[in-house]
Amino acid sequence: MSYEAWILIVGSLAGICCGITGCFLILRRLAMLADAISHTVLLGMVLAFLISQSLNGFYMLIGAAAIGVLTAVFVQLLHSSGIQEDASIGVVFTFLFAVGVILLSLYADHVHLDVDHALMGEITFVPWDLVKWGFLPELPKAFLMLTTVLIINLLIIILFYKELKITSFDPQMAAAIGVPVLLIHYILMGMVSMTTVASFDSVGAILVVAMLIAPGASAYLLTDKLNIMLIMSALLGVAAAIIGYYLASWLDVSISGSMATVNGVIFAIFFFFAPHKGVLSKRWSQRKLKLT
Amino acid sequence: MNPVEVQNLTVAYQKKPVLKNVSFTVPEGKLIGIIGPNGAGKSTLIKAVLGMIPKATGEVRVYDKLYRAKERVVGYVPQRGSVDWDFPTNALDVVLMGRYGHIGWFKRPGKKDKELALNCLEKVGMQEYATRQISQLSGGQQQRVFLARALAQDAKIYFMDEPFVGVDAATERAIIELLNELKQQGKTVLVVHHDLQTVKDYFDHVILLNINVIAEGPTEDTFTLKNLHQTYGGTLAFLEKGDILVGQK
Amino acid sequence: MDDVIKISLADANTQWVLLGTILLGISSGVLGSIALLRKQSLIGDAVAHASLPGICVTFLLLGEKSLFPLLIGAAISGLLATFCIQAISSYSIIKEDTAIGLVLSVFFGLGIVLLTKVSQSSVGNKSGLNDFIFGQAAALVGSDVKLMAGAAALLTVITWLLFKELKVLTFDPEFAKGLGLPTKLLNFVFLTLLVSAIVVGIQAVGVILMAAMLITPAISARYWTDSLARMIVLSGVFGAISGVFGTIFSTFGTGLATGPFIVVTATFIFFISLLFAPERGLLTKWVKRLRLNKRLQHELVLRKEGKSYQ
Repeated sequence: MSYEAWILIVGSLAGICCGITGCFLILRRLAMLADAISHTVLLGMVLAFLISQSLNGFYMLIGAAAIGVLTAVFVQLLHSSGIQEDASIGVVFTFLFAVGVILLSLYADHVHLDVDHALMGEITFVPWDLVKWGFLPELPKAFLMLTTVLIINLLIIILFYKELKITSFDPQMAAAIGVPVLLIHYILMGMVSMTTVASFDSVGAILVVAMLIAPGASAYLLTDKLNIMLIMSALLGVAAAIIGYYLASWLDVSISGSMATVNGVIFAIFFFFAPHKGVLSKRWSQRKLKLT
Repeated sequence: MNPVEVQNLTVAYQKKPVLKNVSFTVPEGKLIGIIGPNGAGKSTLIKAVLGMIPKATGEVRVYDKLYRAKERVVGYVPQRGSVDWDFPTNALDVVLMGRYGHIGWFKRPGKKDKELALNCLEKVGMQEYATRQISQLSGGQQQRVFLARALAQDAKIYFMDEPFVGVDAATERAIIELLNELKQQGKTVLVVHHDLQTVKDYFDHVILLNINVIAEGPTEDTFTLKNLHQTYGGTLAFLEKGDILVGQK
Repeated sequence: MDDVIKISLADANTQWVLLGTILLGISSGVLGSIALLRKQSLIGDAVAHASLPGICVTFLLLGEKSLFPLLIGAAISGLLATFCIQAISSYSIIKEDTAIGLVLSVFFGLGIVLLTKVSQSSVGNKSGLNDFIFGQAAALVGSDVKLMAGAAALLTVITWLLFKELKVLTFDPEFAKGLGLPTKLLNFVFLTLLVSAIVVGIQAVGVILMAAMLITPAISARYWTDSLARMIVLSGVFGAISGVFGTIFSTFGTGLATGPFIVVTATFIFFISLLFAPERGLLTKWVKRLRLNKRLQHELVLRKEGKSYQ
């Protein structure tokens, strides 16, 4: 397959993975916790590297998922000790990220895991970073990781769809009918961590937040149904990835940055023009009401 | 010269009007109850009169002048739930906030302000809690601190939003005593209230509100079954058994 | 280790850098505590990230790295970000946290795009623009520090002057309106102060970790006092201490960014506060409860014994 095709495929996969996970984050008001996790997985990856002394994607996924869930646990602990939630998030993520950066600059200086790369991603290298898994032919590592995570995410969403839905809508009622609310919360945080790591190579830690939140937020403005929101969010994620790539190669700028920007532009368009929920459509219908 | 005069006040959130063509006049030196069911726009009325939310139409006159908050003739007691009680401050400090309008920009409250604030705390029976962190006060005590803050504003007209909600019996008595004291000093007090049982004991004058003013006037003429039926619609049925109304015994 | 500190402290440039990080610590600590109480800490995080496109645009326009215009550019795009957050959360069904995350990441993405443009452009000396991401206080020079000192001092003085108004606005915005304060203007003034403190602080801590300078000293200070004035002062002190130690630690190795070390120091202070603060510290509370239990048990035993004597 051609170089460009691989980049488009990997970008689209990241868009789908992030898009479907992001919907739940928006509905559960966890956007900033996801932002925190996308930063702290850096520490997970560094620790995984320091312990295993390899850049094996599997160890990275485990390390990142562990630190991601740990971030959520720490935030929960501080919050339950009486600190307001936004401050708990702020304290935890900055600390873990700072430790990650320090470890990285002290011990892992000359490895592939440099900080800029982790933050901003470098999708241009993705097609060359090939690995061989089992009977499969040599394929890009990012592609394999994203496919794995996408399958896991889809399985979780399909298996726990109604639990995810009810705990997002009314956690107290969910707890009352015996749904393990906290477990579902940590499962979701695990999904966010793995999605972040898998998307790391293509978009990096901070821009993955744009891919997690923006498509879901746009989809939220378009529909009132959760299942449709999930599908739309995935489609918008793919659209942003593809448009972002072509825009970046046209302007000769960072591909990941351009994908994030396009995500923002798409959201801005729906913010103004979405049928029913867009600012201008609301104003328009108000005017019609006045005229009649 | 009437303390408060409202004419054709309409307030709308989004498309729905919350208050429609509300007009009333408030007599001086009286305790006035603003009564109505949930969603009748009672709190909205206060906020609109005080200029905290924009009015769609209408005007508010305070002592014959168009109302401007800077003139400091009006004191306000918001609902207790509207603030973060974990805020790092103590009771005296909160009462001092009532003086801020008088102190002016950049200056700090002086000794006189502090004495006055302590005095106000004493009036609500809270002087011994002056240095207590506000989160360590009970609901009733927090409400008294809010009242003391309004007193510190030294206004001529007071607006109070549900001051009796969630307070103990002792606080309720203290509040009503204070209201009567204010009345004796010739001040006008408007209270948003929803406990129909106590209306005829507490207020001289009532405004029955449900999006429009249904009726207003002295309690004995206005707080009647007919008017209440109009205000509350079907939800009043269960109340009729009690002897809450004037002339119903 | 003492020698290393002595040597590095004797260096004139290090002294400037230290002074710079102290001042940044103070201004962000002071404004951070008000932001914390207004539940706007994470807006601060978004502003810090969102300053990147402003910095890049200014650089592309001017073609040189001179601090003052860069800070202005950063402040403008930071303010624009707060405006976007407020517009999104008040004019659509999108909740505030989503709006913050969205604006933060999209602005930062735009910043990265512009950064690649900067590194392709042939103009001037562009080295050091990357320092904005992690903070490199060591790169500060005397004139930068003087500018920052001025800005930090100005911010602190304005906050002190408006203390009373900001306090009532934060505690009870409706009551502030009722008092006749121009709350919209005050909100804007506060956001401008906050944005200024952030863009000034970015030099030392970097856009990603700037949130820590706003949140961590403030939340630590909250543990030690119930008075807003004291909380603000303490928060400034904690910020300054973090600045000093973070800078010193980062000089031990070459090329280490200052930001992460400042943040780790600030978090260390937070842990101490969380555990040992009088009244509120977790450990203090636990010991108190233990003592109370013991006393109650003791009294119970005494009472039982008293009964058995009768």
